[in-house]
Amino acid sequence: MSAVTKEQVQERVVEALASFGPDAGDITPESTFEELDIDSLDLVELAQIVEDEYGVVLKGEDMKELKTVGEAVELITERAN
Amino acid sequence: MSEPESAAAWPPAGCALVTGGSRGIGAAVALALAADGWPVAVNYNAGAQAAGEVVAAIEQAGGRAVAVQGDVADPQAPERVFAQAEEQLGAPVLALVNNAGITRDNLAPSLADEEWDAVIATNLSGAFRFTRRALKGMMRARTGRIVNIASVSALRANAGQSNYGAAKAGLIQFTRTVAVEVARRGVTVNAVAPGFIATDMTSALIGPDLLAAIPARRAGSTEEVAACVRFLVSRQASYVTGAVLTVDGGLGA
Ligand SMILES: NC(=O)c1ccc[n+]([C@@H]2O[C@H](COP(=O)([O-])OP(=O)(O)OC[C@H]3O[C@@H](n4cnc5c(N)ncnc54)[C@H](OP(=O)(O)O)[C@@H]3O)[C@@H](O)[C@H]2O)c1
Repeated sequence: MSAVTKEQVQERVVEALASFGPDAGDITPESTFEELDIDSLDLVELAQIVEDEYGVVLKGEDMKELKTVGEAVELITERAN
Repeated sequence: MSEPESAAAWPPAGCALVTGGSRGIGAAVALALAADGWPVAVNYNAGAQAAGEVVAAIEQAGGRAVAVQGDVADPQAPERVFAQAEEQLGAPVLALVNNAGITRDNLAPSLADEEWDAVIATNLSGAFRFTRRALKGMMRARTGRIVNIASVSALRANAGQSNYGAAKAGLIQFTRTVAVEVARRGVTVNAVAPGFIATDMTSALIGPDLLAAIPARRAGSTEEVAACVRFLVSRQASYVTGAVLTVDGGLGA
């Protein structure tokens, strides 16, 4: 698999999160999922998108640790490469 | 929040998958959904010929259908069955009817491990794995219909069916719980609990004594069950979720 950049992952994650409700403009690496009103079901769906797109399997335990968008992007980029 | 379903086209751009669609209730459900415009994947385990006949009947009536083999008790089945159904029908599964089911009746003191395990694996674990797989596409599509075929044996004790009753009661609580989890994605999850329906499963059981115990004094038809499933899959049922609809001629009332 070719390397995925952090910017690409960031873009995809923001797009996915925006489809769950918040405005794309409000989503920054520092935003917490709580502030964005992203709940556990949204995170499950995000994990599925990430799995389909990057082949990265994020388990429930992984997701529970994540508090901010930036942390999610870091983890996905790291696992994808 | 998802759009009210009335705003969208129906059936949505998806297909329906009926497990155990080759005979009995499943076959009637497959025909009913096809009549509503759904392309239908007719799953079967051993009955390739019967499944082929259901597909032919749907095509004859002007609908689209394919037969897809897969043992619902096999943990690998959902991936394969969904891939085949979605590829051949060219659309994601947006309606799933978990209908495949078996009985292995015996009184609990003499119930064998294999009888217990087979019924749980087919009637409960199979429905779980097919549902989990279906939810991926439904959550993304923000719409979907799941109908689980339970039984009155889940609601009322039926001696000799502790395995079957436990599996079907489990299926009902699974239905309610998943309904709550995914309701905000526009996906509904309901159960239908038939009483005695005239199929291969009950042909040895239905006699005068049994019929006398049913308030309607007759067994139900597969079409009467299919009509309920058809409603729960329809656009009109968009606000019905986590419900258990009994179709039993009053047996459980
Ligand atoms: N009939 C009733 O009175 C009644 C009452 C309450 C609930 N139910 C429930 O309604 C559902 C349908 O019952 P029915 O009376 O229509 O049964 P049926 O006439 O015996 O038909 C069963 C169907 O399920 C399929 N099937 C069985 N095991 C399977 C497996 N492991 N994987 C995939 N498909 C499988 C069969 O396909 P193959 O032939 O290919 O194996 C067949 O198409 C069941 O869940 C049953 O528990 C029935």
